[in-house]
Amino acid sequence: MAALTREETEALIQEVLEVYPDKAKKDRAKHLMVNDKELESSKKCITSNRKSLPGVMTMRGCAYAGSKGVVWGPIKDMISISHGPIGCGQYARGGRRNYYVGTTGVDTFCEMNFTSDFQEKDIVFGGDKKLAKLINEIELLFPLNKGISIQSECPVGLIGDDIEAVAKKAAAQINKPVVPVRCEGFRGVSQSLGHHIANDSVRDWIISNRDGQAFEKTPYDVAILGDYNIGGDAWASRILLEEMGLRVVAQWSGDGTLAEMENTPNVKLNLLHCYRSMNYISRHMEEKYGIPWLEYNFFGPTKIAESLRKIASYFDDRIKEGAERVIEKYTPAMNEVIAKFKPRLKGKKVMLYVGGLRPRHVVGAYEDLGMEVVGTGYEFAHNDDYDRTIKDMGEATLIYDDATGHELDEFVKAMKPDLIGSGIKEKYVFHKMGFPFRQMHSWDYSGPYHGYDGFAVFAKDMDLTLNNPCWKLIQAPWTKPAVEAVQEAA
Amino acid sequence: MANIMIRSSDKGYVFYLPKRDLEASIESIEFDTPEKWGGELKLDNGGSYYIEPQVKPARLPISLRARRLGAVED
Repeated sequence: MAALTREETEALIQEVLEVYPDKAKKDRAKHLMVNDKELESSKKCITSNRKSLPGVMTMRGCAYAGSKGVVWGPIKDMISISHGPIGCGQYARGGRRNYYVGTTGVDTFCEMNFTSDFQEKDIVFGGDKKLAKLINEIELLFPLNKGISIQSECPVGLIGDDIEAVAKKAAAQINKPVVPVRCEGFRGVSQSLGHHIANDSVRDWIISNRDGQAFEKTPYDVAILGDYNIGGDAWASRILLEEMGLRVVAQWSGDGTLAEMENTPNVKLNLLHCYRSMNYISRHMEEKYGIPWLEYNFFGPTKIAESLRKIASYFDDRIKEGAERVIEKYTPAMNEVIAKFKPRLKGKKVMLYVGGLRPRHVVGAYEDLGMEVVGTGYEFAHNDDYDRTIKDMGEATLIYDDATGHELDEFVKAMKPDLIGSGIKEKYVFHKMGFPFRQMHSWDYSGPYHGYDGFAVFAKDMDLTLNNPCWKLIQAPWTKPAVEAVQEAA
Repeated sequence: MANIMIRSSDKGYVFYLPKRDLEASIESIEFDTPEKWGGELKLDNGGSYYIEPQVKPARLPISLRARRLGAVED
């Protein structure tokens, strides 16, 4: 049962749209919908992956964020150069908390910022020479790196530097892969195109590097795709797969290495967690190497059991038994977690607004805790994501695409959820409004949330946030009476 | 002309247009025999594309060049 009826939700959308000028209103109306489970395709009711309106506050990122921050950044033994001015790399550093094993600065490099630090003269005379010099310096200072990727920032595309030529020359010189990635921030409408560009560059420069080389295969080889090991997510997923008898050959790309990626064409099955950021390379491997791919969901015991069985159905009885064994092993512990937290969380309403996958994937985990997701939305999803979302969400729930600051504020005020899950840009606004809030991009500095172990952390975190007494004590600064402010000043 | 990819799923053929990240199921394909395969593709989103009839590919997915027939999807 949704918080609002269909008519009420529709009225809410109309009310929120009222403030826009006619043209903007017409455009934004296409991005908001009330869920109808009967629908097979989202096409007719929601438009996605379109340019944000000028003047509204969008939460989206850029193509560079999608490529450097999401796909390439977490590969631990490769160095990703932020090619361009220093800010893009420096202010994005460490934000996603991609955990890894290794000694930073010696054989692993995720937490470091490598940049060509463009100055005025580099814009005027071009930055290719600087880039070549930078690669040589990296090779001298960090000889244990396994490869280098060049992540272009906006100016590189604007002045037309030929980073491909530099990369080819440098690769021959240092005898390691040097990958030019044309992920200038201005490309596309959101970080989504950055994921696509990054996947394409992996396809063109990495994936076929070891074709024809010997590899000791087993019939149980799989690769984890689209898990960025945020707070240890990929580890919590990996142990479940290994326990059921599979061999995880590669992690893309959290705690992953270049060698793992190059070996991926040898696996039997690609397991795809983040569909939005890695479906491209999965499709390529399916066509070129005949590797099937499978979307799975490791949030919450219900979805985990479903996913483990789905994964096992691709293998023989040994793995199928393994899956049942794993589910049986963890069920008592999960029942304990649910028994402990469900009474404290039951019936609470949640609103989500995250990136390209979690708005639908975490729904199952909330439902396991007896909570209800009353509104969800994506920053940068495409139509195929919404097709999948419609099935996962309750009837008459609110769905919003690329929501603006105004829309989110108004929806929250009207629906009064008990918990909001969104990103860092929304976090403090809702804190000040007195709403319990979890930062669902990097798990609010907690984690892991994937897998059975992750669910225990997830349940505890939701309880700690939601039932924290501090929220009742907060009054938004803009709702305080004006008199008080005068007295304080005096 | 556009590069497209056709893959098979449990619900039939699926059409994918990488350039625009567009995924849609194929509702009908003009020729679907081992000797002659292709022709006009009708998509569930209302679009239609044309691929040169050819021998049915031994393995799917396959990347092909396709011509857009109906202007659809805004």
